[in-house]
Amino acid sequence: MEDEQTVQTSMEVESPAADQELPVAWLGGGLGVLVLAVVLVVAARGRGRAQSAAPLLEQTEAPSGVDVEAPGPPTAGLAGRLREALGRSRGALQARFDELFGRAIDDSMFEELEETLLAADAGLPTTERILAPLREQARQGEADPSVLRGELRRTILQLLESSHRPLEPRPDLWVVLVVGVNGSGKTTTIGKLAARLVSEGRRVLLAAGDTYRAAAAEQLEVWAERSGADIVRHNEGADPGAVVYDALEAAAARGHDVVIIDTAGRLQTRKPLMDQLSKVRRVISKKVPDGPHETLLVVDGTMGQNAMSQARQFNEATPLTGVVVTKLDGTAKGGMVLGLAAELALPVKLIGIGEQVDDLRDFEPAAFVEALC
Amino acid sequence: MFDVLSKGFKSARLALTGKTELTEANLAPALREVRTSLIQADVELGVIKRFLARVQERSLGDIVPLKGPTGQKVKVTPQDWFIKACYDELVELMGPVDASLGLDGQPAVIMMVGLQGSGKTTTTGKLAKRLLAEGRKPLLVAADIYRPAAVDQLRTVGRKVGVPVFSIKGMKPVQLSKLAMTQARNVGRDVVIIDTAGRLAIDDSLMQEVVEIKSAVQPDNILFVVDAMIGQDAVRTAAEFDRRLDFTGFVLTKLDGDARGGAALSIKEVTGKPVKFLGRGEALDQLEEFRPEGLAQRILGFGDIVGLMQDFEKHVDHAEAEKSTEKMLQGRFTYADFVKQLTMVRKMGPLKELMARMPGISGMMDMIPQEALDDAELDRTMAIIGSMTNQERAEPDLLSNQPGRLRRVAQGCGRTIDDVRALHNRFLQARQMMKGFGDLMGNPTALAQAQRMMQGGGGFGGMPGMGGMPGFPPMGGDAPARPSLTRDEKLAKRKARKAKKKARKKNRR
Ligand SMILES: Nc1nc2c(ncn2[C@@H]2O[C@H](COP(=O)(O)OP(=O)(O)OP(=O)(O)O)[C@@H](O)[C@H]2O)c(=O)[nH]1
Ligand SMILES: Nc1nc2c(ncn2[C@@H]2O[C@H](COP(=O)(O)OP(=O)(O)O)[C@@H](O)[C@H]2O)c(=O)[nH]1
Ligand SMILES: [Mg+2]
Ligand SMILES: [Mg+2]
Repeated sequence: MEDEQTVQTSMEVESPAADQELPVAWLGGGLGVLVLAVVLVVAARGRGRAQSAAPLLEQTEAPSGVDVEAPGPPTAGLAGRLREALGRSRGALQARFDELFGRAIDDSMFEELEETLLAADAGLPTTERILAPLREQARQGEADPSVLRGELRRTILQLLESSHRPLEPRPDLWVVLVVGVNGSGKTTTIGKLAARLVSEGRRVLLAAGDTYRAAAAEQLEVWAERSGADIVRHNEGADPGAVVYDALEAAAARGHDVVIIDTAGRLQTRKPLMDQLSKVRRVISKKVPDGPHETLLVVDGTMGQNAMSQARQFNEATPLTGVVVTKLDGTAKGGMVLGLAAELALPVKLIGIGEQVDDLRDFEPAAFVEALC
Repeated sequence: MFDVLSKGFKSARLALTGKTELTEANLAPALREVRTSLIQADVELGVIKRFLARVQERSLGDIVPLKGPTGQKVKVTPQDWFIKACYDELVELMGPVDASLGLDGQPAVIMMVGLQGSGKTTTTGKLAKRLLAEGRKPLLVAADIYRPAAVDQLRTVGRKVGVPVFSIKGMKPVQLSKLAMTQARNVGRDVVIIDTAGRLAIDDSLMQEVVEIKSAVQPDNILFVVDAMIGQDAVRTAAEFDRRLDFTGFVLTKLDGDARGGAALSIKEVTGKPVKFLGRGEALDQLEEFRPEGLAQRILGFGDIVGLMQDFEKHVDHAEAEKSTEKMLQGRFTYADFVKQLTMVRKMGPLKELMARMPGISGMMDMIPQEALDDAELDRTMAIIGSMTNQERAEPDLLSNQPGRLRRVAQGCGRTIDDVRALHNRFLQARQMMKGFGDLMGNPTALAQAQRMMQGGGGFGGMPGMGGMPGFPPMGGDAPARPSLTRDEKLAKRKARKAKKKARKKNRR
């Protein structure tokens, strides 16, 4: 037997016929085991059939239709505005759906439907989940494509609404921690959010918690100026925890009722950097016991499947209350919004649709669905 | 780190394990798995389709022996060949390496372009550091006048690497870039690196701006900087940047995370432009030259392709199999052995197919009730065994001697006590049967005899009308389902494939 093995790994085998031989020991053991398996299955089956066939049948044949309330007509004005803002890209997606739902329902239609959702970065599990009810309807004989399209919209809407929670600024001291990978749009989002809050009459303080990247504090300073917020910053290389501490002290002393904390971009796989976030969090909760009230993950809308890994791992390091998806003014379809809702039940709260100060929108499931399909 | 991909590829291998002939039919499930993996790696769907078509074409070819890690020859199975085909195709798609930067201009010019936040400024600094070390004298140009503090950022980066940064407040990027050329000549800098603002490919006026910079300074290199985490949109964006600028190559950043970098494959395939560098961290020395093997392995998710081939051997633990065969023939077989063995064996495919391939059994396929070969049924059977305690699995006789245990097992798996009892009785009978078989051959040399019997027993499966399982050539029969090719025919075939590939490449652009 020893010999058999060494021959296996050291012999050059040219003939394909020789490749077909299975290791001998495998045949011995394998044959026995398989025979045994068959024998046992026959035994189990013989018994099981008589006793459990009936109830099983009942279960599988129960109607599986789920009643879903049809959504009211989405506010046309809002959807239109969003669709425009979301750019030319989603128009192309719409056209694709128009085309797909304009033809007969068959396997190839479903295949292309799947591909359309995948091409929007919805991800495989979520795509399958979204298409399941449509497939079921088609299987039960639904032949009208427009009914299926309605079902698609309804499924996605339900998915998004089930996890949806809009951003609700607390009237008294509101501490917001903003996290995300490098370059996702954290600082810009903070600038936009600050501008919105200031215009609502809030007194906003920004904390320059990114002490690592070159000129990160200078960038936030520009945004503070643009938005009419105040800022607390230290020099490059300082301890982010110290910046946050100072910011919370300053807010208490100077009467700010919103503190938004910028952090350095970090890839979710970098353990020490993720631990640093927990430390920042501890500093916050020492000063503000129920803070941070909001921990937002900023995800780049052009990202693919990595967005899910980001959401998962950031959520582990510092429990998230919501997600901001940026750069949706580009051609990327932002299908990860669906994945975040379906797989992680994380609400998308805001979306970024440009680099300007007013390019921030609340995420609205109905409008998103209307603009998507 | 890359388990999703490697899992996918491993299961693709499993789906093929034991199959001796790669046909379209038996490749299909494996291709499906690979597709899933590549989707998860963010490779663009169209690219995936074309990739799979090529791999399939390649795998349907013959089986080629390869060198092992220490130079010895290893046996290569068809499934290994399939993985190798994926890898080869990927390496070929990603390569050849062309990390050269044409730096002949006086001064030479490198222009960095890409989406917002992709890593242009950081990569500018990294390149400057690298060129400095090569004895060049770079000048950085702060042509991002839009992002707040972008100029400050580049200045800081320049200071860190010890390279001057050129910027004039309020000046438009096109004008600035032109002036930078004069400035470089005046102060004796021989490479100008222009850090442009991030922009969307559909932002017409901003795209027009980079086109104008290009025509103003005639860069020797235009590098498209792209985030390794980018999704399906990579292709559209890269194609548009390429259409407008005809870029020289691209840089993939943020590969220090767990992004699989499938975009690299998509962009290379669609633009035909080479990957030049890889960004592996925020620090300015974390720039690597691109190696197609490395990136292909990353996208596939294996560290060492040859090692993985040898991994095949692990599917079957020979020593383990031997031991339990011996136990079986001596009547000492336990539920634990059964579970262990069956788990191993089942990795090789569905029960039905395995049985069909067994010499001595394939001939009896008709006699076995079809439902007995049902994997779902087997799972249910296994569930019963799963409800036994470890002790019971190791000593089946406990169940005979203490029938109370049967009730507990039944409750544990939601079956009736009769089900469990029937299973146990069958197990005991079968064990007895095996022992008889062993005795017949005269213990303890039973194993060797059994082996001889199996080996010589190729004829079992060759019974007329047998071995017709889809995807399997008849066992032991001497007419393979697919005529084997002579060496010359093989060479000719390979040549034809190469020619086809060349033609395809030509058509790409
Ligand atoms: N088109 C577009 N660009 C955006 C959007 N949000 C942010 N950006 C741009 O993306 C780039 C990165 O944004 P930042 O806000 O600096 O991102 P960050 O996450 O703070 O980056 P680091 O701190 O470097 O990790 C900048 O060029 C922003 O202008 C958006 O919604 N649309
Ligand atoms: N982890 C990691 N971060 C990077 C890499 N390259 C750039 N970054 C970070 O990504 C963010 C955006 O980079 P930047 O150079 O400003 O991008 P630009 O907007 O294209 O100029 C910054 O936080 C960088 O530090 C990389 O290879 N790995
Ligand atoms: Mg930032
Ligand atoms: Mg930049």
